[in-house]
Amino acid sequence: MAAEAHITVSDVTMAYGSLVIQRDLNFDINRGDIFVIMGGSGCGKSTLLKHMLGLIDPAAGDILYNGNSFTHATAQEKEQMRQRWGITYQSGGLFSAMSLLENVSLPLQLYTDYSANDIADIVAYKLSLVGLGGYQAYYPSEISGGMRKRAALARAIALDPEILFFDEPSAGLDPISSRLLDELIVQLKESIGATVVMVTHELASIFDIATNSVYLDANTRTMIDYGDPRYLRDHSEQAVVRQFLARGINASQERTA
Amino acid sequence: MTDQAPGFQLDQQNQEQAALKITGDWVQGQQAPEFSELRTQLAAGLPGKLAMDGSDLGRWDSILMAFLLQCFNFCRDSGIEVQTDALPEGVRRLLSVATTVPPHQRPVKARDSWLSGANPLELVKRALVDIRESMAFIGEVTIALFKLALGQANTRFSDFKNFCYQAGPDAFAIISLTSVLVGMILGYLGAVQLQQFGAEIYVADLVVIGMLREMGVLMTAVVMAGRTGAAYAAQLGTMQTNEEIDAITTMGISPIEFLVIPRMLALIVMMPLLTIYADLLGMIGGGIVAGGMGITPLQYFNQAETAVSLTHFMVGMSKSLVFAVLIAIAGCRSGINSGRSSAAVGQAATEAVVTAIVYLIVADAAINILFQQLGI
Repeated sequence: MAAEAHITVSDVTMAYGSLVIQRDLNFDINRGDIFVIMGGSGCGKSTLLKHMLGLIDPAAGDILYNGNSFTHATAQEKEQMRQRWGITYQSGGLFSAMSLLENVSLPLQLYTDYSANDIADIVAYKLSLVGLGGYQAYYPSEISGGMRKRAALARAIALDPEILFFDEPSAGLDPISSRLLDELIVQLKESIGATVVMVTHELASIFDIATNSVYLDANTRTMIDYGDPRYLRDHSEQAVVRQFLARGINASQERTA
Repeated sequence: MTDQAPGFQLDQQNQEQAALKITGDWVQGQQAPEFSELRTQLAAGLPGKLAMDGSDLGRWDSILMAFLLQCFNFCRDSGIEVQTDALPEGVRRLLSVATTVPPHQRPVKARDSWLSGANPLELVKRALVDIRESMAFIGEVTIALFKLALGQANTRFSDFKNFCYQAGPDAFAIISLTSVLVGMILGYLGAVQLQQFGAEIYVADLVVIGMLREMGVLMTAVVMAGRTGAAYAAQLGTMQTNEEIDAITTMGISPIEFLVIPRMLALIVMMPLLTIYADLLGMIGGGIVAGGMGITPLQYFNQAETAVSLTHFMVGMSKSLVFAVLIAIAGCRSGINSGRSSAAVGQAATEAVVTAIVYLIVADAAINILFQQLGI
């Protein structure tokens, strides 16, 4: 059975005014994929994520979810689509004036009809999922950076989302925390059947959990490869992709040869 | 297909074993059972083992997981062994992740009574700490100014022009509005009284002296406290949040010299100029009121000329310098001492404005008393 496209990026051009960041982006993200957007610094990975989230409109092209245009959807339709997404930002994006209970409760209060008791129980469960059971009364400033990232993930999965977006989830985490977060992402994806889209530089994460990927190139300002990152590492026709995935080892070997 | 009501059945097979059958659709929109019901039943029997069975479970979401997690935590605390083999794989997997790390117990700390904030002793203590910190900050600023005078300060002057622009020309519109209106208010205030004696012409004296000595500089300072002082607190508070101030400190640079002094100097330069501008516009505002009372512009100008003196002007100017320093100190101190969250930056900006206005009023009163005693 052919895999079903959950998200389609169709002929998208991203630009700030006359400055084109990336052009002619065309790829599908299948349902249940852990999809990685990769590329060198400044190539527009996070910008693409922001386009997919609707924080920035594409200069051209369309982004479709379940075959429905998001770019051209009405504000109300966009809001309905967004309710099925969970998003974690680079710095977590937790509301500093709210406790973790309030942070994770917020989407449940806004978009469900659960009672206050049920919401408190669900928040306790979501925080337990990310290893923060019992931290409901803490404020973001009272916990570490890694814990903030996990708390942000708890908020992102509060509504059992269909799609989880991550912007640099492992940035600033130690290798063990980073690995645990990767495992958590896989567990969540398999348990709630979510599609995961992440921007990351972490090769360990890419090889451990990604099922598909796209490589954005800063020089040509377009995507230059697309596929399973393990396959691309060894068989990409683009030397820069092989070098990126081999951590530049090929390049240094070529220089010494 | 319609949803089945969610429920559970606890079957206490014997002293050792109990079976928990989860039934129906545990999804949003259904009234899920409370865990307290199950807890009561479990506590009554306290079996050695609890086998969870999800064979009659329909659709499920987080409300089921929240229920099962509470059940799992209760069983762990009560020494009941839980078997989850008969639960759907997704449920089992999530339960396994959620129970990997035991719940954190927050250390109990003594709660402050809600009355403690109003305890006079506490208030005095807090005020003393605040005064001590302010004095320390003023001391550091003074040392930095001496170092600057000796050419030894690491002060970044490339931002000075921008700070001058932000504190000065950027504030023209709001200063113009407030000054004209304050001049008119002074004019009306005097006119009502002076008309009773047929001495309307002295409105000019009242407005000119009032603006030059007091209202021009005070209103400018209040606007600057709300505008520039709050901006300084927000800028420095954000730098604190982004660890920029830490970076400056660890480079061996004094944040006071690098960040506070250029801002303070910009205010010291711009405040007197804005005060002169405010004085002039205030006098024009007073002139508009005087015009309404039948005083011609020439008469107003001639009368104002007799009222203007260098002493009044210098009183206003000296106040403007003191106020500039106080606004900069209140704004920069709140920013540098800010916490490291976005809420703390907001608090710092609020604190900067409140502190600056208190400083201004206290300083204005003190200067007036001093000048009164000196006969100025």
